[in-house]
Amino acid sequence: MKQVLPKADPERASGNVFAAARGRLPGAGLVPQIRASAFEVYERTGLPHRGMEDWKYTDLRALIGEVLPLAPRPDAEALVRAKVSAEQVSADQAVKLVLVDGIFVPELSDLGRLENELVVRSLREVLENSAPGDMAGLVLSTTSDSVISLNAALATDGLVITVADGNAVKRPIQIVHVATGASVSTFTRSYLQLGKGAHAAIVESFVSAERASGYQANDAIIALVGNEASLSYIRVAAAASDAVNISSAIIAVGARAKLDLFSMTCSGSISRYQGFISLAGEGTKVSANGVNLIRGELHADTTMVVDHAVPHCTSREKFRAVIDDRGRSVFQGRIVVRPAARKTDATLTTRALLLSDQAEADSKPELEILADDVTCGHGATSGALDNSLVFYLRARGLPEKDAKSLLIKAFLGESIEEITSENLRDFVTAQAEHWLQAGR
Amino acid sequence: MALLEIRDLHVGVEDREVIRGLDLNVHAGEVHAIMGPNGSGKSTLSHVIAGKPGYEVTDGQILFKGEDLLEMAPEERAAKGVFLAFQYPVEIAGVTTMNFLRAALNAQRKARDQQEFSTPEFLKRVREVAGSLNIRQDMLKRGVNVGFSGGEKKRNEILQMALFEPSLCILDEIDSGLDIDALRIVASGINGLRSPERAMIVITHYRRLLDHIVPDVVHVMSKGRIVKSGDKELALELEACGYGQFEDAA
Ligand SMILES: Nc1ncnc2c1ncn2[C@@H]1O[C@H](COP(=O)(O)OP(=O)(O)OP(=O)(O)O)[C@@H](O)[C@H]1O
Ligand SMILES: [Mg+2]
Repeated sequence: MKQVLPKADPERASGNVFAAARGRLPGAGLVPQIRASAFEVYERTGLPHRGMEDWKYTDLRALIGEVLPLAPRPDAEALVRAKVSAEQVSADQAVKLVLVDGIFVPELSDLGRLENELVVRSLREVLENSAPGDMAGLVLSTTSDSVISLNAALATDGLVITVADGNAVKRPIQIVHVATGASVSTFTRSYLQLGKGAHAAIVESFVSAERASGYQANDAIIALVGNEASLSYIRVAAAASDAVNISSAIIAVGARAKLDLFSMTCSGSISRYQGFISLAGEGTKVSANGVNLIRGELHADTTMVVDHAVPHCTSREKFRAVIDDRGRSVFQGRIVVRPAARKTDATLTTRALLLSDQAEADSKPELEILADDVTCGHGATSGALDNSLVFYLRARGLPEKDAKSLLIKAFLGESIEEITSENLRDFVTAQAEHWLQAGR
Repeated sequence: MALLEIRDLHVGVEDREVIRGLDLNVHAGEVHAIMGPNGSGKSTLSHVIAGKPGYEVTDGQILFKGEDLLEMAPEERAAKGVFLAFQYPVEIAGVTTMNFLRAALNAQRKARDQQEFSTPEFLKRVREVAGSLNIRQDMLKRGVNVGFSGGEKKRNEILQMALFEPSLCILDEIDSGLDIDALRIVASGINGLRSPERAMIVITHYRRLLDHIVPDVVHVMSKGRIVKSGDKELALELEACGYGQFEDAA
């Protein structure tokens, strides 16, 4: 089929971005080479477009056209605005690490409260001190996805967190990304490594400061979860309503380990959250869940690939979307069960609640089962609020808006309740309530 | 002045007239029973009083405490004291009964400019009422009516009625699905709420309920009208002779 592409020339535009940014990008040793080849990979396809199966509902080339110039280092005034926004999203008891416009800002972070059980370095520091054979290659790893390659080429900063074997980090670690700029792009990348039997909870929040607008944020996180380790990872994206957020997570989970992942997108003109989870060791349990909360003309895409490579693993996915006005939610979920992955138990459900006639939900669950003796299933539904329930609540005295909010919260709860930590569950619930309140 | 005054009510549902010129006056302190064949419009009447969308009132008036009820949103009616125990209570997954009761009660109190109940006060009230209706505490922690048996759903309706203390209670077939013991418990719960300030409209097919909740007036409804009213003896008569004699009157 012939593709009609928009006029903008994304390759050239982002070529300029890389050429212009090059001098500012941290990295010693092999890093500049790794970046250059990542950029070459990106350039082969440019921004993803609807001709690519994984991006068919989110045609970035048509939606954003070009990659904006890299954001400048935040100045003192920007940091003041960033501080205000960062404080508004604090998860209870969390140790905060703040990145502003793609740069780690120790002054806004709680470095003093870090527990001894973990080591935190900035990506910049790791890349600047990189010698051949170091972890730079790992930290900057890519997939065939071009936005991840672009991220590896241009990542300015991020956090590199390691938790040694057997260590349990008590307080959640919250990475807060604050955007302060207008019409600029940021590229951040974090790396997380949990040793054997280690425990940690990571919260990643994306927010915008006052006057931030029209920016593009591209984030990636690479996580290695060791054998018997357990990781809770919560992501809440609330970009400015005219901004773009593209976040990718590449997570490999070892044997008898646990991953509890939750992603919530509640603002941003165009959002894409893509998770690539591979279950690489036997007896592992993955719970990957999320919600898209959309109103106005916003577009949020959550795409998950759960790859069962070995036998005896379980994965559970529950995604919910609440869509109002002319919003559009996309959920794509692919479960891959490789030939060796006998006794895999994998399920996926997606449900969309449409609050207006013009709201749109696209759902594409896919099962790619190459092994025998597996239990796999998926279900997708979409529909409006049940009027008889709304009426029942109103007949008991709840104003219409409250009745609807209560039902929407109950609907979202189906996914949010999968978060095992009560503290983090409350954090996410509060953010969802905030979204509901804002629409009234 | 009557607590509830319905004058020449006409209601259409999907282009069909289901209530066809209905008059009814209910005074505070009274219990009215409405009996009538399936499809005669009893539930429709109760829904229109409670304010359910989807019905078109083409003519007539409903006054509650002298105010035009049809002008009010359902939640306003509830706050002013209208309560409908549904023939078919819905299930609301993900909203625990306890949270629902608290939200509803406080919304009504707020609308009446009353202070919200404190948590201990509220819990105490719910426990008392639930205990008297044989409703187990674990049911209160479940989603509203989720996994409740038919009889449990009906008891949950009476629990709400007792908690909200409405001035007009409409009970739409509260006896359906109840076993003999549950009927006695529910009836005594309802009788306990009878008071000079409160009126009740009891919709039922069976005289048995009216042995427990003795009505002041019994109405026969047929084809969208009240075709005969009498005292409690009328229920006995209906049981003996059926509705056939009233079909023509409608
Ligand atoms: N939403 C609706 N759409 C179409 N018809 C309706 C609707 N609601 C009620 N009706 C019709 O209106 C008439 C009255 O129904 P209603 O439920 O009020 O009867 P009822 O007296 O309560 O009967 P029952 O004793 O069986 O409960 C019936 O013919 C019914 O089919
Ligand atoms: Mg009925």
